[in-house]
Amino acid sequence: MTQNPTVKYNAKDFSSDQEVRWCPGCGDYAILKSVQRALPELGVSREDLVFVSGIGCSSRFPYYMETYGFHGIHGRAPALATGIKLANPNLSVWQITGDGDALAIGGNHFIHAVRRNVDINILLFNNRIYGLTKGQYSPTTDLGFKTKSSPQGVIDNPFNPGELVLGSAGRFFARIEDVNPKGMTEVLIEAAKHPGTSVVEIMQNCVIFNHHVYANYTDKEVRADHILHVEHGKPMIFGKENNKGLILNGFKLESATIGENGVSEEDILVHDAHEEDSTLHMMLIRLKMPIVTGVIRAVKEDTYEMRLKKQVEEVCETSKFQSVDDLFLSGETWEIS
Amino acid sequence: MESSEVQPKDVVSLEKVVIKFAGDSGDGMQFTGAQFTGTSAILGNDIATFPDYPAEIRAPQGTVAGVSGFQVHIGHAHVHTPGDSADLLVAMNAAALKANLKFLPKGRTVIVDTDNFKRKDWEKAGFENDPLESDLVKDYHVVHAPITSLTRKALEGIGLDNKSITRSKNMFALGMVYWLFSRPLDYTERYLEGKFGKVEKVLEANIKALKAGYFFAETIEALPSAYSVLPADMEKGTYKNLMGNEATAWGFFAAAEKAGLELFLGSYPITPASEILHEIAKYKHFGAKAFQAEDEIAGIVSAIGASFAGDLAVTTTSGPGLALKSEAIGLAVITELPLVIVNVQRGGPSTGLPTKTEQSDLLQALYGRNGESPVAVIAARSPADCFHMAFEASKLALEHVTPVILLTDGYVANGSQPWKIQRVADLPEITPRRVKTPADKWEPYLRDENSLAREWAVPGMKGYEHRIGGLEKDALTGDVSYDPENHEEMIKTREEKIARMVHSIPELKVDGDEKGELLVVGWGGTYGSLLTAQNQCFDSERRVSLAHFQYLNPLPKNTEEVFSRFKKIVVCELNNGQLAKYLKTRFPQFEYLQYNKIQGLPFTVQELTDRFKEILSEN
Repeated sequence: MTQNPTVKYNAKDFSSDQEVRWCPGCGDYAILKSVQRALPELGVSREDLVFVSGIGCSSRFPYYMETYGFHGIHGRAPALATGIKLANPNLSVWQITGDGDALAIGGNHFIHAVRRNVDINILLFNNRIYGLTKGQYSPTTDLGFKTKSSPQGVIDNPFNPGELVLGSAGRFFARIEDVNPKGMTEVLIEAAKHPGTSVVEIMQNCVIFNHHVYANYTDKEVRADHILHVEHGKPMIFGKENNKGLILNGFKLESATIGENGVSEEDILVHDAHEEDSTLHMMLIRLKMPIVTGVIRAVKEDTYEMRLKKQVEEVCETSKFQSVDDLFLSGETWEIS
Repeated sequence: MESSEVQPKDVVSLEKVVIKFAGDSGDGMQFTGAQFTGTSAILGNDIATFPDYPAEIRAPQGTVAGVSGFQVHIGHAHVHTPGDSADLLVAMNAAALKANLKFLPKGRTVIVDTDNFKRKDWEKAGFENDPLESDLVKDYHVVHAPITSLTRKALEGIGLDNKSITRSKNMFALGMVYWLFSRPLDYTERYLEGKFGKVEKVLEANIKALKAGYFFAETIEALPSAYSVLPADMEKGTYKNLMGNEATAWGFFAAAEKAGLELFLGSYPITPASEILHEIAKYKHFGAKAFQAEDEIAGIVSAIGASFAGDLAVTTTSGPGLALKSEAIGLAVITELPLVIVNVQRGGPSTGLPTKTEQSDLLQALYGRNGESPVAVIAARSPADCFHMAFEASKLALEHVTPVILLTDGYVANGSQPWKIQRVADLPEITPRRVKTPADKWEPYLRDENSLAREWAVPGMKGYEHRIGGLEKDALTGDVSYDPENHEEMIKTREEKIARMVHSIPELKVDGDEKGELLVVGWGGTYGSLLTAQNQCFDSERRVSLAHFQYLNPLPKNTEEVFSRFKKIVVCELNNGQLAKYLKTRFPQFEYLQYNKIQGLPFTVQELTDRFKEILSEN
């Protein structure tokens, strides 16, 4: 990406002239604001930013951004983003998607994008419901939850997006709640700076079809005790009193209170997002109480584009053909005169 | 060995000859056929080839299902097809004889490897008794050659295991055929050196077997006299032998260079289109990116992304894959981005006949999408024409900022033909419609008043930041619009934009008389068969003309006028009448007779000329 120190943007520079049409109170507004606040911090020229999406409420996002944008077809945004990035690796490419778009109709594209590690940023708005089609259950809806298409309750097991990311050899996974603008801006900046596919799961509230889905985590009264926001290199401590933390008990991750049962601050695990072995990251992703937010995994590895570039350079050095004409004239040819 | 030393005594000169190499799918028949083709091409013969192989990589050995064949037609005169029937059949086992004898007219020659005609062999092939002892072959000139055992004998003590030795038997057979048609061995020797240069013993074995076969043929009296096929009278230039799929890939290389763009291919492997992906993947340093996607949809959608970002974007597939891509083609239609979609057609519906040819995706290409979704459709008529049409598809897509479907088929994709080597500098210019209007005056759907094409602004260009997508858009700004009149206007405009491409495509040409009694109409890969049949009729008293379509949407502007000059029109297709159906809706004033074949096989010239004569005799 072209670093552009000469133009200093502010959040408003990324706001398009289109009227934002999400439902009043939708969590998407907060995400849009956080993204617009994060972008000026990246130093990327506006013309080098591309937002792509599939179908769903979240996928209207590109229309509201004063950048290049492509509103694609349902589930296929990872392929769109991949094509754009490979055509011009200088671009900063962002994919906006939802739980239905990314994990149901686009599940195949999602896992392969993560596996390939093209440098794109995937923001997965997870409201655990289909909004645009008016309230059917999604691949992340809880078991037993009643929706229009599951009047007696959902009977298929939900995905946990982070598990899919790690299962697809993902290198960057973060989670953040839509009511934490500061935390979200920070996470987005880290996702953007990470080379390779970054997935940010955003716990997003749908006011119409799944209101309060995350209330047990995000409500003011419980928030401090039910959300653990991790930071690389820091002990995983949380709670109103800042006295709770995560410890390993055998192979199980547990929440413990400092000062109780002989647990001291030194016993609390220190978060290592850069650890290649994803075992502990997987445990953090699976933890339900508290739920873990922040950058859970950020492991650097060569991206697809870097490997491609290397191959191109190798072929350039070793190939007999310097031009298309050389190729055409190669091999067995004969003259008719 | 100098070929001049071993010139046989009686050399009969032939105009054209068709040879079919057939054996088990592990016998290396494709390789053998390709070697004979290469040698003949260098001698200046006109050639046309067609491989015929089973869908399974290794079908059960010795069965008819497992027979792999390679047919090559070489000529002193021009050849346009791999030939209806063979003049010489090389049958490496009983199953190969069983599968191919019906394509061999009586009186022709069969070389059989007698080592593979034991009881168990002919039983496995489904013969009730020994075919070599039966009436089945009594009208043929059968050359009995124990090819396998002679190969083993020739390679005794070479220091290779039995399996590797036996594998060289195809070179023995090739050597025999080289002698029979007075071909030198040096092309194949050079090729083998390149291929096996590092494995000395294998190289030695192959060359020894080749020479052993050559001398064996010279020695035995069972063979008829040797033949020669003199060079053809072809246009001046440098030639090479090119397969259709290779030619398609090369057409894209040339187009990308000419347009000054990088080439992006998003593709998913599928028979018989995969070779295009392989070929493009080899030449990354030409700025070509071959992206093997996770599925057909990701193949085309990644290409749409690359097109949005400014590449010459291509996706390649076959019929079932085109079906999967249909929603995404609609996206390229509504976003009006340049994109080439190649469909190497095969027998359908569903998985159908993956390795057999058919022209049954014409209607899918024209209409197979939701909504009013017009797309330009063009088709290649021969292996070498794939180069030209891939170039042409790219030019149309980039200059009209629109998706273009290029139809080829298994027959032209796998067939090969001499291609007159083109220099990139000599090819027509390609001028992609990159944005020229200043940013403050530009709108995403501002159009050229003649072609109606919009201007292509790509990410990275300052001041042109804009959003596009699959929702209906405002006729100028491209913003989402649900306005009823705007939708109708956009539907009409997209339709009209494709219709106006008629000014960028050549007129329909007529082979034969410009007017007359019977006009044969065809499209795509049947050109060689139709032209040969038309020529044959034209030479006789029955004068038949041919109008063959390479451009299907839009149709050339003189189509109606050409049709009006003939008393009768017969539409010949390898499907159940798709072009005929289309023409009926476009020009209902004409009556269309049909000749359709849906057997996964190309037309034979004979069946075409029979049909034409029949039509001419009806009144």
